[in-house]
Order: sequence, then C-alpha cells, then structure tokens
Amino acid sequence: MISIDVDNVTQIYQKYSARHRFKTFKSALMRGDIFKSLRPDERVNALKNVSLKVEKGTAFGVIGENGSGKSTLLKIVAGIAKPTYGKVSVKGKVSALIELGAGFHPEISGRENVYINGIMLGLSKKEIHRKFDEIVKFAELEDFIDAPVKTYSSGMYMRLGFSIAINVNPEVLLVDEVLAVGDASFVPKCLDRINDFRRRKKTILFVSHDLTTVERICDKVAWFKEGKVETIGEPKRVIDAYLQDITEKKEEDFEAEQKEVKEKESGEKERRENRWGKREIEIKKVQLKDLQGKVKSVYSPQEGMIIEMDVEARSRIKDFVFGVGIYNSQGICCYGTNTYIEDMIPVSIEGKEKVLFKIKKLNLINGTYYMDVATHKRNGYPYDYHRNLYSFMISSRGKDMGIVRPPHTWEFTSGIKFKNP
Amino acid sequence: MKELLKNLRELFKYRVLIQNLVNRELKARYRGTVLGFLWSFLNPFLLMIVYTIVFGFIIQPRDPAFGGNPWMYALFLFCGVLPWVWFSSSQLESANVLIVQGNLIKKILFPSEVLPVVVVTSNLVHFLLGLPIVFIFIPILGKGYTSYLLFLPLVIMVQFIFSLGFSLMISSLTVHFRDIKDILANLLTFWFFASPIVYPVTFQTIQQSTILKTFLYLNPMTHIMRGYQNCIFFGTYPPWKGLGVTFLVSLVLFFIGYYIFDRLRESIPEEV
Repeated sequence: MISIDVDNVTQIYQKYSARHRFKTFKSALMRGDIFKSLRPDERVNALKNVSLKVEKGTAFGVIGENGSGKSTLLKIVAGIAKPTYGKVSVKGKVSALIELGAGFHPEISGRENVYINGIMLGLSKKEIHRKFDEIVKFAELEDFIDAPVKTYSSGMYMRLGFSIAINVNPEVLLVDEVLAVGDASFVPKCLDRINDFRRRKKTILFVSHDLTTVERICDKVAWFKEGKVETIGEPKRVIDAYLQDITEKKEEDFEAEQKEVKEKESGEKERRENRWGKREIEIKKVQLKDLQGKVKSVYSPQEGMIIEMDVEARSRIKDFVFGVGIYNSQGICCYGTNTYIEDMIPVSIEGKEKVLFKIKKLNLINGTYYMDVATHKRNGYPYDYHRNLYSFMISSRGKDMGIVRPPHTWEFTSGIKFKNP
Repeated sequence: MKELLKNLRELFKYRVLIQNLVNRELKARYRGTVLGFLWSFLNPFLLMIVYTIVFGFIIQPRDPAFGGNPWMYALFLFCGVLPWVWFSSSQLESANVLIVQGNLIKKILFPSEVLPVVVVTSNLVHFLLGLPIVFIFIPILGKGYTSYLLFLPLVIMVQFIFSLGFSLMISSLTVHFRDIKDILANLLTFWFFASPIVYPVTFQTIQQSTILKTFLYLNPMTHIMRGYQNCIFFGTYPPWKGLGVTFLVSLVLFFIGYYIFDRLRESIPEEV
C-alpha cells in the first residue's frame, strides 16, 4: 500500500521586491484585481517534477545538499505548503518534526505548553491528559515541567518538542534534521523511538545530513539535487553515489580556488614573503600529479602522488639538497624529508632538470595540506625555499582521526564476530 | 466558494484550539507583572482619567446630556472608549500577528486564520474584564441599572463580527504589504475621532451640518458606539435600524475578510 504519493510536483517560490509590491498594490487597488496583478520579480524553482511513492511501513530517507529541495518536499507532504503544480496524497494522520517546539510560548509553563502544542498537533485534551506523564518522562523534564519555557535550555526545549510530536502517534512521521541539537544520550533515545515506529508498520519520511543514521534507519533513499530526484533506491548505493558527487564537487571547488590563488599571488609580495633564497638553483615550477601523471589537487588517502619540480641551476653546483615538507591546516608537519637526511651525496647539477618525489600511497586523513619545497646547501644556506606555496586536499568517506593513517588491517580470533555493513 | 465554506466550517472545528490559545494569551500577557489581571481594569481606568481631566474638566462638556457634570461625562466616555480599545488593539495586533507567529505557520500544519480570531477574542475578554468598572460607576453617579443593559450582548456580538472581518483582512494583507501597519495606526486615530466616542451623536455642531451627519452615520462604528451608549448611559433601546444595518455590513465584511484571507492563505507561509 502506498502511504505517501508525490505525483509530479513542482514548487515555485516567488519573490516580490517591496517597491514592486507597492506598485502592484496601488495598481491593484485602482484596477480592482489585487490577486492577478501580483507578478513576481524573481522565481525560485525549489522542486522540479518530483515524483516518489513511499510504501506503508517503510522508512524513506531523503538526502541532498542544502537548498536541494528536501525541506520543501517535507513541507508539501506535511501540508504546510501547497505545490504549485502536481499532486500529493498522504494516507493517515501526519506528524511533522520540522521544527521542534515551534508553537511554544516562552512565558508560560512547560505543562501548559504541552497541552497547547498537543492541541495544535491535533490531539484532544483528553488524549494529552492520558499521555502527559509519558511525554514528560520521555523528555526527562519531570523537575522543570512547571517552569516557564523561556528558562529551558535549547536541549530541554527540543526534548519536550520531540516528545510531544512523537506522542501524537501519527500514521506518517516526517522528520527534518531535528536531532542535531540533542545530546549524546537523547539522540539514541529518539532514534529508538523512530525505529519503534517502523516496527509498528508506520511510515517515516526522514530528511537528514547524517548519512550514517540515514543508512541505518531507512529502507529506501532518495537523493535530491537542485530540486530534482537524482536517484531513488537502496540506501547504500544512493548514499555512495551522493558522496561521490559531493567529492567531485569539492574537488572542483578546491581546484578552482587553487587556480584563483595562483593567479592572484603570482609574482606578488605575498609570494615573496613565502619564498626566499638567492636562486643559484631555482625551483621554477611545482606540479602535483597522481601516479598516472595527471595534474590534480584532490586525492584519496589510498592514492599516490608525484611532486614534480622543474629546477634550473645557473652554473654547475656541487653542494645541494632537495627537500619536501607536508603540513596540515593547523600547521603541524605531517612529514618532512630531504635528500641529505636520506644520505644522498650530491655530485653535480647544471641547467634545466626535473626532480620527482614519488609517494606510493598518501595515507593521510581528510583535510587540506600545504607543502614546502626547497633546495639548499647541506649546511642550510637556501638556494630557493618555497614555504606553504602549494596545497592539496585529501577527501574520503573515512572518519579516522589523527595526522597520518598508517597502513593497517584488523584481525580477530574466532570468538569475535563482526557483521559486514 | 465551496472551498471557502468548507474552510469556514474548519474554523469552527478549531474552537478548542482557539479557546486554548486565548487562554494562553491571557495568561502570558500579565505573567510577571505584580498586579496581574488587575491591569485589564487599570489600563482603561487610567486612560479614562486622562480623558476626564482633559475633556471633562478642561474643555468642559457643553452638551445638555451631561448636565455640566464632568463625572457624568466620564461615564459616557467610558461607554465608548472601552469598546474602542478592544477594536483598535485587536486591529493593531492583527496587523502583526501572522508575522510574529510566523514560526507556527511555517513549521507546523497550523490553520493560520485562527491567529487573528485569537487576537480579537482575547481582546474581547479584556474588554469584558474592564466592563465592571462601568457598572461600579453607574450607582456612584446616581444612575440606576436599567433593563436595557440586557441588550449589551447584542451590541458586543455585532462589534465582534465586525472586528473579526476587519482583522482577517488586515492580518493577511499586512503580510504582503507591510505599509498597512503604519497606515492602520493613523487610520485608527482618525477613526476614533470620526466616531461618536468623545462626543455624543446628538452634539449640536453635528446635527446642524448635513455633511458631518451623513459622514457619521455612514461609519459603522457610530452605530456600535451608540448601541453601547444607549444601553448603558442613556438607558434606551439600541439604535435598531442603524445597528441592524451595521450587523449586515459586519457579516459582509466578515465574508470579504475571510475571502481575502482564504485567497492569500497559500502565500502566507512564504511571506512571513
């Protein structure tokens, strides 16, 4: 049975400027057609021909970047907004957790707010009376329920709001990123409740940026992109596709930024400050490439990297060292080495040459990294020192912490069991 | 039109919600004040004293109805000022209510027309709480209670419907045209003096000028105010014809107000 049926829905938001609005109001008054003459200055197409069906008793996740139309969809399903075109039908009572405690009045007590909020959400006074203790208990607010809501912390506020909304006992529950403010003990409790809902064959529409939770709770996931449904399907597959897309976008952004920085900086003062040395040996150009030789600036931790330096020695020089240092965004040196440290004894350099520093596997954690490259004498006298002039980015789904990622595996004796995700 | 009637029926279904919201409004209003509900009496009472000093003692009333007694004039003033305060504060609050409570409309499935209704109703309660002052004044000034007081609920009802209609219109239009808020404040001042509140309809200057008289009689508030003054002060029947027409006008205004609100309903969550 279909519980939520969104059929070819398009939502257009219209913006009117104040001046324009006045003009239309004036002419509307004079011509007498106040509604027809309100023409928008700007249209925002929040949803474009969206269709999806949610089966009864399933949890349906909606993911996507900010502004992709997720919340608009939820509002339409909740009945708060009407679609500009298309149809939405929902079977059964709907409770929307869009903003918790939206109707709370700060001056009156939690107790009175529970009653009024409950009535707003469609409960009768009797029902609230019956569920009152449970609501308060779930929100863990027994001691504060008679204090005015304005004295509540944001966590207490949210707990009470959640507790009321979930006790409305709807057929369809809409959840919009509301668990973000809960503390470590309350969020699992909420998720438990949501799971409980699913067991009782109720329908859940779950909007969140917390992909792990989405993957855990939902039976099916839709990925929204720029107001359109990009993919619908099995959670893991959709989430992976989404992450892939995000990473690509992040890379594009990073690369565009890199380009901008380079264009702005080249030959300028800032560059001088970060570069010193008399340039008896000059590092003319530095490029970051992957192992296939493609120039890029976003890498996965699994990938390798080649730092390619074009160098030129003005005369024949016999004392020289090449060095590389990688720093993270906090300025901590993640790795640094040079040819001298690695016991390479220089013999000679002359003219235009290339130096390649090959990293087989980066094994770094996510983040932006800056790089020093240098050439100097063995005693430290700099020929050409580039300080933090180059940067690259590590991007992956991993959430591991620290500075480096040593290559590793996990092994267990037979008594320890894990399930594959 | 069918949709409109359906929505109107819905409005009736929300009476429990309205009742609770009015309750909340009243509770929250004086929460934290020392005098609490007493302010519902005190506010109009203090306003009253100002009017009595200025109009009663400084600009002494010339109309024979008051027999040159400033306190008698005070009672007369009270009959008009109290319901006027109800009307004007309802409208001023209505102009803001959808914007102030925008969170409700935007974030939960909430019947937005409930909000202006709550505003008018909670101000009605304040009005009713202020009425006893009038009743205390009557015997003090040597006037008796008359059976015409029984017609008071009728007048109140007419004003209630009139206020509702106006409030629905103002609240929904203000969302789109914020200028209305300022226009309204000025309009209300003008309207106050264009209604027989500080002067009786029978005032000589008015009765002698056809323009003033016609203008005054076209104002629905005139008949409502006369209703209060007749029932409480003069001890006669309310002006049946005028009040009857005003009642019909109020009904029409209510439907117009509701129609406008209904038409703008969908755009309200986007605009607040």
